[in-house]
Amino acid sequence: MKFAFWTGCVAKQGAPELYQSTVASLGVLGIEVEELVGGACTGAGVLTERNPRLADALNARTFAMAEQMGLPIMTICSTCTGTMYASHERLKDEAYRAEINEILAPEGLQYNGTTEIYHLMWILVEKIGLEKLRSYVKVPLGGLNVAPFYGCYILRPSRLMDPQHHDRDTYLEQIIVALGANAVDYSGATKCCGFPLTTMNRVSALKMTGTHIAEAKDKGADLLVTPCPLCHLNLDGQQVDAAKVMGRSLDVPILHLPQLLGIAFGLDAKDLGLHRNLISPRRIFERARRMAVTSS
Amino acid sequence: MEVKLRVRRQNEETGQKSQWSEYQVEVDDHGTVLDALIHVREYVDETLSVRCSCRSQICGSCGMQINHQMALGCKTKVQDVITDDGVITVEPMGNMGVVKDLVTDLEPFWGKVRQVKPYLQPDHQPEREYIVPNDDMESVKGAMACIMCGLCVAACNSLEVNPQFIGPAALAKNWRFLADPRDAEAQERMEYVSQPNGVWDCTHCFYCVEVCPKGVAPMELIMDTRRMAMEAGFTDNNGSRHSQAFVDTVSTYGRLDETKVAIRSVSGIGELLQFAGVGWRSFWRGKVPLRMTTIPGVYHVRRIFQQLETGPEAQRQKKKRKAMPHPSATALVGELTAPVQIPPRKDEPK
Ligand code: SF4
Ligand code: SF4
Ligand code: FES
Repeated sequence: MKFAFWTGCVAKQGAPELYQSTVASLGVLGIEVEELVGGACTGAGVLTERNPRLADALNARTFAMAEQMGLPIMTICSTCTGTMYASHERLKDEAYRAEINEILAPEGLQYNGTTEIYHLMWILVEKIGLEKLRSYVKVPLGGLNVAPFYGCYILRPSRLMDPQHHDRDTYLEQIIVALGANAVDYSGATKCCGFPLTTMNRVSALKMTGTHIAEAKDKGADLLVTPCPLCHLNLDGQQVDAAKVMGRSLDVPILHLPQLLGIAFGLDAKDLGLHRNLISPRRIFERARRMAVTSS
Repeated sequence: MEVKLRVRRQNEETGQKSQWSEYQVEVDDHGTVLDALIHVREYVDETLSVRCSCRSQICGSCGMQINHQMALGCKTKVQDVITDDGVITVEPMGNMGVVKDLVTDLEPFWGKVRQVKPYLQPDHQPEREYIVPNDDMESVKGAMACIMCGLCVAACNSLEVNPQFIGPAALAKNWRFLADPRDAEAQERMEYVSQPNGVWDCTHCFYCVEVCPKGVAPMELIMDTRRMAMEAGFTDNNGSRHSQAFVDTVSTYGRLDETKVAIRSVSGIGELLQFAGVGWRSFWRGKVPLRMTTIPGVYHVRRIFQQLETGPEAQRQKKKRKAMPHPSATALVGELTAPVQIPPRKDEPK
């Protein structure tokens, strides 16, 4: 299985541990990738709201590169995925695509509308399959209560993001269970982490983050897992401040999806960049290891 | 078909706290959740309160939560939402006070809609009826489909933590008049919603787009309002600064520099200091890149920005552009209703 790997900007900067843990887990999963190094930022919805044609041109350029490679795109960010999907949908219109292609022409690029886009989370369920995924697990996460946190862009609008399967909003739970852990059922899983309001209304942003973490924790969550690095920036990065706004302690580690995979695959903490998470997941890691040792 | 309705009930007047009632009822195979509730009220338990009128998705009265999703009771078929155990959970809409059972207090909702002056404000008394070219109204049609059901407001994630936010329905209504060629108060409308608790308080959660039963896609209209307001010069706010900083870093490096964007978004040093903690903690873990690198081929990215966003020609085009439905609105909500083709009148202004 081979993909054109769209890392997104955050995995290369604010969340290098996401990139690291993805590369480490891909090795186990047997997924080959070729990085789309020349692609520009998807615009994360911000460019789309400002200038839809601009965002579509930038994304069409990336799609054209993947098309030239003859590979489907693999993403590791909910926001990239949703933004790309919306551009992808608009670019299905041939007349519009032709217009955008004129803008790409000086670079010798042309997008013919054939590129497919998959988030790693979708690949795990739809391409690899949970059965196979289970077979890669070396350290079953039995006894761990993991709360899923999706990120808005990968779920909504569902008629755009999931017109076919109708259960992509349960994939994280399915993956958590396949890795041997319990999935925590709480209402925050599909809601907004608050990241987009970080600089516009900090209190709202922190309240959103804090509310979801608190709810998950009160329902027994040992940690949260997310396929979106922007959610991670808020849930992990701003958690200390969110706890202050909420007036209570939180202290819940937040893992990137590939970090959770990596722990279950028995990979090294260092290769998963666990030391870079602001709320340390070390005790989770050690507990998983201990449990694996006692159960074997 | 047999269905067990679990209904969350409460009564503000008697002070009765929220509790569940369960009703086992037989409904028509194509019956709606509202049909089932009305059946309960008529034949099983007359104390159950539910608001409804048209029973055909027109009046907007029957908003409720069905299996934790905001939906119209009369638009949701029992067979589409019944679980394998034959249960449907019904609760009042979110983000609103509850008067009794499924009847919520819509007064704050109407109050916010009124705040945006939801009526045409022309600049002169027309001498005869104002004929609007069909093309001009085409884009406004989607927003005009709103039936004021409040589902978007009930599902809004920003409102959940900030009841002051004016909310998706009022902002969609504001856009509807902003985009209407007969309205003359565009400046005032843009200025009004550029304030705190206005357009920039939308957190982009897409819930309003997801739950709207009429394809209004409020979030897309909010995004379009932001764009118009920025172009009209209402840029002294963190939202506009954020947008501009985003453009600047992506057009320079081809990728996003979150640190720089965050620093440039806030209004001053005091606000910036609030981020000192997270900045320091992140820096310490090697998460703040000291030097931004450009992507290969960034030259072409800059050219695209120049052509579509920053260059003089792009600026001219942007100035010319009036309200337009976000192209994604149609892509996202699909074909709404087939456009009504009204033959142009001979004296129709071009
Ligand atoms: S997208 Fe914005 S307006 Fe719509 S529900 Fe979410 S926060 Fe509210
Ligand atoms: S925008 Fe849609 S969901 Fe919101 S009040 Fe209008 S019809 Fe209801
Ligand atoms: S009863 Fe009128 S919209 Fe449902």
